[in-house]
Amino acid sequence: MIGDYTLLEFSSILAMQGFAGLILFSVFVLMALGLAIIFGQMGVINMAHGEFMILGAYVTWLCSGLVTAYAPALFPAYFFIAMALAFIVTGALGILVEWAMIRHLYRRPLDTLLATWGLSLILQQLYRSVFGAREVGVSLPDWMMGSFALTDIIEVPINGIFVMALTMLISLAVFLLMFRSRWGKQVRAVVQNRAMAGAVGINTKKVDRLTFGLGCGVAGVAGSAFTMIGSTGPTAGQLYIVDTFLVVVFGGAASLLGTIASAFTISQAQSTMEFFMSGSMAKVLTLLTVVGILMLRPEGLFTLKMRR
Amino acid sequence: MNTTLYTRREWIALAIVAALILIVFPVTMDVFRLNLVGKYLTYAFVAVGLVLCWGHGGILSLGQGIFFGLGGYCMAMFLKLEASSPENTAIQSTPGIPDFMDWNQVTELPFWWVPFKSFPFAAAAVILVPVVFAYVIGAAMFKRRVGGVYFAIITQAIAAILTILIIGQQGYTGGVNGITDLRTLLGWDIRTDSAKFILYFVNAVLLIAVLVLGQMVRMSKFGRLLIAMRDKEDRVRFSGYSVADFKIFIFCLAAAFSAIGGAMFTLQVGFMSPSFVGIVPSIEMVIFAAVGGRLSLFGAVYGALIVNWAKTSFSETFPELWLFAMGGLFIAVVMAFPNGLAGLYRSHVEPFLAKLTRKSPPSPAPDTAPVEAVKLAAE
Amino acid sequence: MSDDTPKKALSATRRQVLAGFSALPFMGMLGGKVNAADYPTAEVNTTGLAVTDDKVTVGILHSVTGTMAISETGSVQAEKLAIKQINEAGGVLGRQIDFIQEDGASDWPTFAEKAKKLLVQDKVASVMGCWTSASRKAVLPVFEQYNGMLYYPTFYEGLEQSPNVIYTGQEATQQIIAGIDWVVQNKGAKSFYLLGSDYIWPRTSNKIARKHIEKLGLKVSGEEYYPLGHTQFNSVINKIKLTKPDVIYAIVVGGSNVAFYKQLKAAGIDMTKEKPLLLTISVTEDEILGIGGENIVGAYACMKYFQSLPNDNNAEFVKAFKEMWGDEIVIGDVTQAAYLGPWLWKMAVEKAGSFDIDKVRAASPGIEFAKAPEGYVRIHENHHLWSKTRVGHALNDGQYEVVFETADLVQPDPFPAGYQ
Repeated sequence: MIGDYTLLEFSSILAMQGFAGLILFSVFVLMALGLAIIFGQMGVINMAHGEFMILGAYVTWLCSGLVTAYAPALFPAYFFIAMALAFIVTGALGILVEWAMIRHLYRRPLDTLLATWGLSLILQQLYRSVFGAREVGVSLPDWMMGSFALTDIIEVPINGIFVMALTMLISLAVFLLMFRSRWGKQVRAVVQNRAMAGAVGINTKKVDRLTFGLGCGVAGVAGSAFTMIGSTGPTAGQLYIVDTFLVVVFGGAASLLGTIASAFTISQAQSTMEFFMSGSMAKVLTLLTVVGILMLRPEGLFTLKMRR
Repeated sequence: MNTTLYTRREWIALAIVAALILIVFPVTMDVFRLNLVGKYLTYAFVAVGLVLCWGHGGILSLGQGIFFGLGGYCMAMFLKLEASSPENTAIQSTPGIPDFMDWNQVTELPFWWVPFKSFPFAAAAVILVPVVFAYVIGAAMFKRRVGGVYFAIITQAIAAILTILIIGQQGYTGGVNGITDLRTLLGWDIRTDSAKFILYFVNAVLLIAVLVLGQMVRMSKFGRLLIAMRDKEDRVRFSGYSVADFKIFIFCLAAAFSAIGGAMFTLQVGFMSPSFVGIVPSIEMVIFAAVGGRLSLFGAVYGALIVNWAKTSFSETFPELWLFAMGGLFIAVVMAFPNGLAGLYRSHVEPFLAKLTRKSPPSPAPDTAPVEAVKLAAE
Repeated sequence: MSDDTPKKALSATRRQVLAGFSALPFMGMLGGKVNAADYPTAEVNTTGLAVTDDKVTVGILHSVTGTMAISETGSVQAEKLAIKQINEAGGVLGRQIDFIQEDGASDWPTFAEKAKKLLVQDKVASVMGCWTSASRKAVLPVFEQYNGMLYYPTFYEGLEQSPNVIYTGQEATQQIIAGIDWVVQNKGAKSFYLLGSDYIWPRTSNKIARKHIEKLGLKVSGEEYYPLGHTQFNSVINKIKLTKPDVIYAIVVGGSNVAFYKQLKAAGIDMTKEKPLLLTISVTEDEILGIGGENIVGAYACMKYFQSLPNDNNAEFVKAFKEMWGDEIVIGDVTQAAYLGPWLWKMAVEKAGSFDIDKVRAASPGIEFAKAPEGYVRIHENHHLWSKTRVGHALNDGQYEVVFETADLVQPDPFPAGYQ
């Protein structure tokens, strides 16, 4: 490939390609984190994860409409308000769902999967009835669009940087919450031994509810952030669900670190291959490799040691 | 074969199912509706497989669409080659190959398509390809003691990947359109009404055979081991049984059932598309089994019929509300009626029937008498 | 918020008033009302279709649920509008059109099932429907076996010509060649980067584009396909930057569209500078709703209809459409093509003097529709439409400005020689 291009061009593109891989990595982490929290800590598979993300996106869209109409001065900063709102709204819905549905099914993990699938169908149709079948366009403040030109060729998209920063922030927050806070300690205690945790006075029901809410809230923030790079429509959640599940499964579903490692592996593999071959082939090869590795190591990259 | 294969109650249930699909439907429905029912019944194959591997074995596969699809594709490949004779495809730049290959600049039949010109090969492949695939997945997972929710999502991921593969390799698979415009089976036009009628009966008889086979598995020692495994896997393992092998077997059997359903689907509907392989149909098929009652083989048939019938009629009258109803059904069947229709039947209808029969016992149907006699003798 | 639900709540009186206004321009179209009594049912319907003395039933078959509902909503709305207008102008052979709407649910087998239901059980006189090629391929054997008539609205890849389908959208050569010629002549384009979603339509279209580009002695600097629903385009954008083509020729569809244009803009490719210039054949005004006008401003699109088309037919059509479905709504190429379906069928029926499918088919070639919003169209012997091809320039508000129009109608050529 170098033949046609100068060394400078080629190295610049390489740098940008690396950057594209990092953006993809951030996107994967953001998608998968909520799911990994819920699955890893509670053993619940939330099939409505994509729909929670889209709820976050719709909240952002509503927010942009309201801000434009009533407080145009706030527009440059509305995205932060929207993300906070998305977290609150999806988190609240998550808590409601946990209360109404999930808590009755903790002993039947396979059934939660079916029930949340049912929930995802209902949410999809709800979005379609409320917001219309067509996609909605979320308008962004000007400062979030466009790119920095570092050199003539290297241009860094601002929304990419934004997503990366957000991912780091959220990962850090989740890490602190899980491993450095009192509440995180309770969550981990409940995961390791529910009965014992209850016996020492931890309100396990409350912990479950909040964990589920947190997972859904993170999904909502992810959805809100994705309005910058993706589409917002009633069924858009389904676009993300396959990648999300793959990332979580490949990482070893019970480990948050595994999720991040697997997001990194898959995103780098995919973006490198995308550069050297057609996008479709790159995707297939990535997926095949993932499945191949899963066949050899079905538990995924990282696993918690536990007796089966 | 075990003489206590069916209890009297189950004989009656089998007779009702058989009468319903072999007599009642064909008599009361026109060919169009009958063909629809035939299509629903192909899903019942999958649901029956799920009752065995999920209800009895505790293995929830969210990838049954893979096997349904593979079976269907094997059949579709044979039919497509038959439909793509050089005369039929004379306008193509390469006559004699399927039309979608020509559109994608494939100029030669790929080598792995060639054997599908033979019907015996294709018919064997319908069962073998999915079973081998199931074996590979099963062996990789169960030998390493992967199960439960984790198995469910891996099968789901595989279903998603296979869909992307099929869509991506459109020159060889027909892509998102699937393999369409299938016409004849060994020269017999499968599109005519009479062919649809005959295929319906072939399908129905196969389904009954699968039900009987399923019951044999259920009633055998192996069936009891399955239940034991589901409830206390370790105890079975410590008793010296190879749990993984049993799991692989039941998973392969469920795959074979699904594949037969897929092949019959292709024959009755006239095409196969990747939309059967993905996540959505795979999960829908689980709901058929769940609605019928995850422990009841007959329930699976009713589940498939009722959910699909509801889907068709609901989406005709209130297309916008259909997803609400379907979603609600998922939640209701999990939360309120975990044993599905069969459970409801047992808890509500049966006591009621028992009350009735005590008052005026009906004369037993002739074919149930011997079993009853055996039972009485045993007692 | 462009769903049809809010409008459904309109009171009956208001709807009638609106209907009355919108129908006025169409009243005089046939030069006098046709009286049903002149066409006894026994004569105009010899094959047992759903035709009575005062009513004829047609089918509408689109996805109102599932992923394709996004695209197909506009078609359903256009078909309902056309049917309403035809009814207000006196119906077809003096009979009011009644429609049965079925949901294909974005699922091809469901399309086949519903098509069969419409033909076999409801005996509809024609069907307006389908959007994706996959759904059309799925219903095609059904229409051919039970001899139905399908009016298919989408621009598509060609390579098909069924006696049971009238293709009211453009086939690939009609849409592509004029657009490429235009950028070459007016923008001095020398090299093209072809990009598409991975399925039959983009692949066939790019094949035709590539042949044409190479025939002009110009360069194709890359060709790429991404899976349907793909949302990450940074890698291909890098490749585009590296190869520096004059034109990005994009045929991305569905949700991927939104991701592609947002990421293109974020990567610093400003389409208004036209370096490179972006030419698409897959983004109609409908898609821009989701993409956002500010993200695609400056791009060129090549198709046969734009909402902003300056002619009287179109002004009336847009007005009627907005009255029926709301001011917020936009109208894209396929929506307009879907609107043609019921009208072309009506004219074929009246030319044939019969609802019989065979007679309608025989009467169809040569049918002219001078009041089409896109301007004059005519049905070719190969069941496609003669139509003009236009190039639109995307504006900030989500509309296109028409910058070019072919002088003559472009002949449909579904089986272009040498492209297969």
